[in-house]
Amino acid sequence: MSRLERLRDSDLWHSFTASPVTVIAAIVAILMVLAAALAQAIAPHDPFNPSTLNLMDGFTRPGEEGAGSGATFVLGTDNQGRDLLSAILYGAQVSLIVGIASVIFSVLLGVSLGLLAGYLGGRTEAVIMRIADVQLSFPAILVALLVFGVARGVIPPAYQENATLIVLVIAIGLSNWAQYARTVRGSTLVEKSKDYVAAARVIGLGSLPVMRKHVWPNVSGPVVVIATINLALAIIEEATLSFLGVGMPPTQPSLGTLIRIGQQYLFSGEWWILFFPAFTLILLALSINLLGDWLRDALDPKMR
Amino acid sequence: MFAYAAKSLSQGLLVLLVVSALAFSMFRFVGDPIANMMGQEATQQDRRELAEHLGLNDSVPTQYARFIGAALRGDFGVSYRQARKVSDLIAEKLPATIELAVLSALFATVCGVALGVYAAIRRDGWLAHLVMSASLVGVSLPTFLIGIGLIYLFAVELRWLPSFGRGDTVKIGWWSTGLLTTTGLKSLIMPVLTLGFFQLTLIMRLTRAQMLETMRTEYVRFARARGIPEQTIRFRHALKNTMVPVITIAGLQLGSVIAFAIVTETVFQWPGLGSLFVNAVQFVDIPVMAAYLMFVAFVFVVVNLAVDLAYFILDPRIRTGAAAAKR
Amino acid sequence: MKLRSLALKLALLAATSVAATAALEARTLKWSRSGDSLTLDPHAQNEGPTAAVAHQMYEPLATRSVDGKLVPALATAWRILPDNPLIWEFKLRQGVKFHDGAPFTADDVVFSLERAMSPTSDFKGLWTSVESVAKVDDHTVHVKTKGPNPLLVQNVTNTFIMNKAWAEKNNTVKPQDFKNKEENFAVRNVNGTGPYMLVSREPDVKTGLKRNDSYWGRGETPMEVTEIIYTPVKQDATRVAALLSGEVDFVQDVPVQDIQKLQGDSKLRVNIGPENRSIFLGMDVGSADLKTDNVTGKNPLADKRVRQALNMAVNREAIQRVVMRGQSVPAGAIIPPFVAGYTNELDSYPKVDVNAAKKLLSDAGYPQGFSITLHCPNDRYVNDEGICQAVVGMFGQIGVKANLVSQSKSIHFPLIQKDPPETEFFLLGWGVPTYDSDYIFTFLYHTRAGARGGFNALRYSNKDVDAKIVSLASETDLNKRNATVADLWKILKDETLYIAIHNQTLAYAMKNDVNVPVHPDNTVWIKYLSFKRS
Repeated sequence: MSRLERLRDSDLWHSFTASPVTVIAAIVAILMVLAAALAQAIAPHDPFNPSTLNLMDGFTRPGEEGAGSGATFVLGTDNQGRDLLSAILYGAQVSLIVGIASVIFSVLLGVSLGLLAGYLGGRTEAVIMRIADVQLSFPAILVALLVFGVARGVIPPAYQENATLIVLVIAIGLSNWAQYARTVRGSTLVEKSKDYVAAARVIGLGSLPVMRKHVWPNVSGPVVVIATINLALAIIEEATLSFLGVGMPPTQPSLGTLIRIGQQYLFSGEWWILFFPAFTLILLALSINLLGDWLRDALDPKMR
Repeated sequence: MFAYAAKSLSQGLLVLLVVSALAFSMFRFVGDPIANMMGQEATQQDRRELAEHLGLNDSVPTQYARFIGAALRGDFGVSYRQARKVSDLIAEKLPATIELAVLSALFATVCGVALGVYAAIRRDGWLAHLVMSASLVGVSLPTFLIGIGLIYLFAVELRWLPSFGRGDTVKIGWWSTGLLTTTGLKSLIMPVLTLGFFQLTLIMRLTRAQMLETMRTEYVRFARARGIPEQTIRFRHALKNTMVPVITIAGLQLGSVIAFAIVTETVFQWPGLGSLFVNAVQFVDIPVMAAYLMFVAFVFVVVNLAVDLAYFILDPRIRTGAAAAKR
Repeated sequence: MKLRSLALKLALLAATSVAATAALEARTLKWSRSGDSLTLDPHAQNEGPTAAVAHQMYEPLATRSVDGKLVPALATAWRILPDNPLIWEFKLRQGVKFHDGAPFTADDVVFSLERAMSPTSDFKGLWTSVESVAKVDDHTVHVKTKGPNPLLVQNVTNTFIMNKAWAEKNNTVKPQDFKNKEENFAVRNVNGTGPYMLVSREPDVKTGLKRNDSYWGRGETPMEVTEIIYTPVKQDATRVAALLSGEVDFVQDVPVQDIQKLQGDSKLRVNIGPENRSIFLGMDVGSADLKTDNVTGKNPLADKRVRQALNMAVNREAIQRVVMRGQSVPAGAIIPPFVAGYTNELDSYPKVDVNAAKKLLSDAGYPQGFSITLHCPNDRYVNDEGICQAVVGMFGQIGVKANLVSQSKSIHFPLIQKDPPETEFFLLGWGVPTYDSDYIFTFLYHTRAGARGGFNALRYSNKDVDAKIVSLASETDLNKRNATVADLWKILKDETLYIAIHNQTLAYAMKNDVNVPVHPDNTVWIKYLSFKRS
């Protein structure tokens, strides 16, 4: 049986097709990810190249012509005369990269440390969990500030604008791993005391195989739940960092930065600058979360 | 049990030390307080002298040692920004943040668990689906946007609630409370909703997930087979097992709530520690930043200790596990 | 005779004030701006909101009116002694009392000026030319300067007068020393001569003031506000919301994009006026090679043609219209119109001409342009980050790629102040509290040395210019001095050392039964307010 056939026959696929909401969410998510990935090809303008902007196009209403260049902007322009549609496409790309990369980073770090702590116990556990406490004691904004500060000291100024993305991934990733570690450790403690794990130990399986084969499948449920929430959360955390003064620079805005810029115009009537990026962010996060929800139910071994 | 607590506590103190050390190595990246402390007429020499006078030219370990030495005597120094004793500032702002954080955590946990249990029991009901979908929208919105949206709706358009501050407060000893006046209570509503909303959705989703999982376990099936009433199974057996991971997360969230009150406090001009800290960061008010971080670290240590103990009590298997590990 | 007229005056004053109070019910003014007063100690912080709050309770010897003119406050007259150009004589107002009832005398002025000159004061920089302060009689003070200083009186407007006995009694004869463990008494307590008295103080939350009914100027100013409640609100959106919802009566620091909406609200009034502050870009013209550019071995900004090209690329009107929403005055030199030495000609700027700019660049040897890092604050001036973004785009159009690094003022300003500076291209704003060109020359153009050139991050050094700047401080012949000022501006403008962008404007929004005029220093005197009766 080929992989594809196996997939079609699997419970996973059946549960997927059985839920229309999930199918819609999947289509929306795939379309959005594709659009974001192809931003460079499909966006009508290049919002990251400031020299192509015409400041006099600023605050053009959706569908109207800019006062400076005379070009038509489907979703209007922001305060710098940037085409919002292009900015959203590029911004979604930035947000997705920051979100996905930082979640992968924190899951890898958090899960492996959590498993180690829960399974090995003793001194390893104490050290890992206290490090987790230290991490949790640092508000995300401070972790980000620290990483930013160090980056500013290390990276030459000319490259700083471009390095922010990586810095953000590390900053957000580092501020979230402890949650996985705590949860995985908690569940591991429970699983470890169960008979089948004890049995696996007795028959002489080493720590690693036991963890991989027996403990991980049982703790993956909560991890997937947290990871899906965290994907959206990471995107939002980037926005919040922007709100507090760090985050993607306004010359290379993410969706969060666009929202941060847009919220200044909430009272002044230029609603589109806030609305379209916010709507995109919610749609993106919502579809990812719906998929995650379904995946959670489907992955659970006891559901089968 | 006592040994377990003592061990957690000593580890907690170590955490405090590490946090403060990290904090100190970080401050110079936040900026230079001298630029904010002196008017634009100050000369290079004035700036150099002030930096020297405040010991900012010393190495980080020296500054750190000085800070710890003073902190052990209960002296956290004088704020660069406001020229007031940091301990006074913290004590003044503490009640506002504690009231906000505790009410938010309470709101999030009570509503979160209740909705989560409901969504698990009525898994396929339309209301449960609605609640779940609403929670997804909730986690997809940045906190500051929720806050500004609430202000726009309830303060500007409807004029039901005040847009900023704590309203009138009443002093009980050194503690100032907003819980005893109408304006104080009204002022609490929007910040509590804003701060608690995200935790609520998180707790709700987690409760539902755990509840569903427990309902499928062998012993629940077994209990069902024995004919124990569904209500008893749900609330006596399933809910109890659901609570372990939920309490971990909820407990951990209480600490985060205090730390992440920063954003909510900024949006609502809430006169708490978060606002104090944001102002301190902007001014590079090192004594205040240091004291605040120590405080947050302290709260986390206490919360973690409490969560560990709750684990210990709620899940007897860990107790035996810990005992076995010790042997 | 003298005594009788004084008594009569007092009786009259009492009568009018009684009448005035009887006619009016108590009126509270709820006032908000983005920052709180950092300290109530009048000499500890030379900073906007701190001075604005202090001006309600403390008074200096002289203040400035809304049009920038010097007007008497605690001093009624001042002059340089005709026989000694080193001595400034201040005649003090009589019959003034501090809030605690103590009479105001020359002792208080001597004490306060000395306190302002002490090492922990933030005002000492304004008083460095002073040698000593001496009491002549109870209402005359002589300030002796180290050399002739014809402009000394321009420096007094924010140096407040405290009560000597009160300060001594409460052990607050010096401003806060941050190394001390205890809080200075004056940080949260006030005993001034001003029109309002401190009632309550919760830093960063609320400061309550009440009217001082025995204020010396009670009969001359309306003083209809009986109570002031000052609440800082940091977030722009929240502050505007508080005004829209009626929770505050008067708001400063109105975000430029919200002005139109507020103007459209019939219950509100928006007052707009120019601020005494210019916003501009500075360039490293002195280094042999730049670190942040992609040109090796030379400094493109050292070439005047490159600077002119950049100056020509900046579309000031577009910045004004879009970034500032009309709330700025485009400028061609870093001198606001309030400042002595300003001329329309000086303020002219070149027309935007991309082709001419490109030609200048290629004449200078950069036909392909170059790249450089632009440093910018993002929390100091009105839409500072937006301005930088806009100029980055404009420079891009002539082939100069500016990499924007925008960060908090706490990181940005040290880059400029450090010696040597750590920025080669930066945005800066400059307010001129003395209203004289000398202040701009001294800090922004003079070679960095000693007390001068502190913000000159240009690495610009011109001996001829320096000598002329130094001569201004002691030149007593006004015509000669004006000629030197004009001469200096001509040289400096021709060099194109800074790219002036605009002068900021200020917007105050308030309920329409009050009318607070905009002051170029962004200071407000509540005592002048009267309510419109409906």
